[in-house]
Amino acid sequence: MSSDNRPSADGTDTQSTQEARLGEGVDSRFNSTLREAFGSTPFILTKFDKFMNWVRGSSMFMLQFGIACCSIEMMHTYAVKHDLDRFGAGVPRASPRQADVIIVPGTICTVSGGPFQEGYNVVKGAEEVIPCDIHVPGCPPRPEALIYGVAKLQERIANGESAPVTVKPYELEQFGDLERDELVEKLADRIDEDDLVMRYNWAESP
Amino acid sequence: MSLEEPEPDEGVIEAAEEVGVTTDGLDYDELAELVGDRLLDREEHVNAEGFVVRPDEVQDVLFDLRDEAGFDHLSCVTAQEYDDRYESIYHLKKYDDPTQELSVVVPSPTDDPRNESANPVYRTADWHEREAYDLVGIEYDDHPDLRRILLPETWQGHPLSQDFDGEEPQIVTLREHANPLQEDHRADDADTMFVNIGPHHPATHGVLHIETVLDGEQVADLEPDIGYLHRCEEQMCQQGTYRHQIMPYPDRWDYISAGILNEWAYARAAEDLADIEVPEYARVVRTMSAELCRIAAHMLAAGTFALDVIGDFTATFMYAVQQRERVQDILEDLTGQRLMFNYLRLGGVAWDVPEPREEFFEKTRDYLDDLPENVREFHNLLTSNEIMQLRTVDTGVLPPEEARSYGATGPVARGSGIDYDLRRDDPYGHYDQLDWDVVTEDGCDNYSRLLVRLREVEQSARIIEQCVDLLEDWPEEDRETQANVPRTLRPDPDTEVYRAVEAAKGELGIYIRSDGTDKPARFKIRSPCFSNLQTLPVMSEGEYIPDMIASLGSLDIVLGEVDR
Ligand code: SF4
Repeated sequence: MSSDNRPSADGTDTQSTQEARLGEGVDSRFNSTLREAFGSTPFILTKFDKFMNWVRGSSMFMLQFGIACCSIEMMHTYAVKHDLDRFGAGVPRASPRQADVIIVPGTICTVSGGPFQEGYNVVKGAEEVIPCDIHVPGCPPRPEALIYGVAKLQERIANGESAPVTVKPYELEQFGDLERDELVEKLADRIDEDDLVMRYNWAESP
Repeated sequence: MSLEEPEPDEGVIEAAEEVGVTTDGLDYDELAELVGDRLLDREEHVNAEGFVVRPDEVQDVLFDLRDEAGFDHLSCVTAQEYDDRYESIYHLKKYDDPTQELSVVVPSPTDDPRNESANPVYRTADWHEREAYDLVGIEYDDHPDLRRILLPETWQGHPLSQDFDGEEPQIVTLREHANPLQEDHRADDADTMFVNIGPHHPATHGVLHIETVLDGEQVADLEPDIGYLHRCEEQMCQQGTYRHQIMPYPDRWDYISAGILNEWAYARAAEDLADIEVPEYARVVRTMSAELCRIAAHMLAAGTFALDVIGDFTATFMYAVQQRERVQDILEDLTGQRLMFNYLRLGGVAWDVPEPREEFFEKTRDYLDDLPENVREFHNLLTSNEIMQLRTVDTGVLPPEEARSYGATGPVARGSGIDYDLRRDDPYGHYDQLDWDVVTEDGCDNYSRLLVRLREVEQSARIIEQCVDLLEDWPEEDRETQANVPRTLRPDPDTEVYRAVEAAKGELGIYIRSDGTDKPARFKIRSPCFSNLQTLPVMSEGEYIPDMIASLGSLDIVLGEVDR
């Protein structure tokens, strides 16, 4: 991939092709250490897909999505000291349209229901609703843990892996098709027979 | 402690004229006379007496108590179901002296739980009663808008009533999720426009949905829609044992690092309920750690306010986070946690300050030494910033009378010139032994509220400094961090207590009723943000929409605490 580019053995400096092409007095902006390591006429041979995966993993836009306590630590991860931007993942975007990654920081409480597992109103894990790639445990996870999670995600992306879809199939049914239990009877005068409805069973979620 | 005499505000009846006030507290007999025949019974609660009144005479009694006896602060409305009845409790206080308390207890029958709404007397009752209806199922006659507030409209059942089955499925129609804006919604002759702000929007500080009607650039009507973060906190606390299982939850109410302040609210109520005396050393440690939390919380408030108002994510916000990191570092040394501290215990604190003590104190001192310079930086960046001033001075005006009626507390009330701070007025911890001032500003606008927070940071630093001095010289043999508390607490049945502390956002109150077991029969949280958020329409109606965003930022709400 690279040819050797060293001063000749007798000590007289030879001009590298690279220097020759850049010419005299040009600033060394383009001469990064990385470029130097690749030698005088660097080129990379790789599969296009692999390259694209690497690119995608190295420039992830996060959705600015602060929903509960975990998001306070998430903000700290973005900000000074932990500075997630160093890992190519620190720019929060305000709209999902511009974002590649959603971190779900809480209140679904996110991995399993967390401390609110027994609550009447808390969905027990984001995976009930959307497919997830990485779970970062903790209540809340420390910034270091979140960074680790992001790094793991980058690894997965670089390897071209994506989330297995394990979402619970909440199928919409017509109201008329539901089993006529007490609840359905009660709602009968408010919902039409052919309205599509979703039935969330708290008892069956993990 | 240096106390500034609170100046009497206009419109508030002078203390001398109030019925039932004597030199050593309240004379409940005199108050009972004021209520007269309408009084059915008198109950003893730990914090105050409870006057039992008929459900159809609530307004009448409350009007008298407000106008004749000076109870101008409806702190909280608790609703609960007993085996044989429902009950609403109106916890009344006075802004001038919150130690003068009275509970008005309104029982109603199980088969038809309803009583008169307190809404005409105290505007804050609006949301509190909606919550009581939502979670417990009591109906309030004469209420302007009795709908669910925390749970979705489609919800079936009232989760804190006795016959609720948490396993029962919920049925939601697809129609409910239709986007109201999807179709062209502009009527031909209308010149107003409906805009949804949130629930997912960077300026809403979490998941808050504001339904706004705009007339041009001005807000014609506005309605906060809350409940997205409702996490059954009260149910969780009712399922936990007093001694250890409840304490982790307060950390998650106001989660902007204000954990210890919240824990203290629970600790104070439970300690009063079970009659536990906290050792003085532990009280000082509590005071110090609580004020560290307050600094962290106010710093985030300033940082996010800058983000909302001048869109500054790069400088001010980062500076604020930097400050918080340092505080969190100290708190981590002390508690082992960055955010969810779980540090207080009933009767004291979990453990002493870490060894080597000198190092810990030095680290804290270093931080305090740098603080004045850092606060000055915030003043440079924010309060003396011309754009900031243009955006915040005289916008979002909240007059003190409105603030009182809506039960606003904390920096929001103090920014409207209401001299009300429970750390001084209803002392707990070590605050009454220390030298510090209550900060008030009387601009009543967004700018004042920011200023109050920044100035309070300095006062907190003063408090911490004095605590560090005290702790440093404390003789080793009486560093008692924990009182002797029985392994299992079983307070006497039917003891009721309502106690509040000054949390980062204001008055955080807890009502607990015991039933003789090791778990509370009713656990009610009075969240300051819940009441403060109610003032948003007052501040914003008729104003420009960007000013509404600034007002929302200056309220510094945490949705975890609003929705609980
Ligand atoms: S997991 Fe814990 S810290 Fe995170 S949102 Fe849930 S309660 Fe808050």
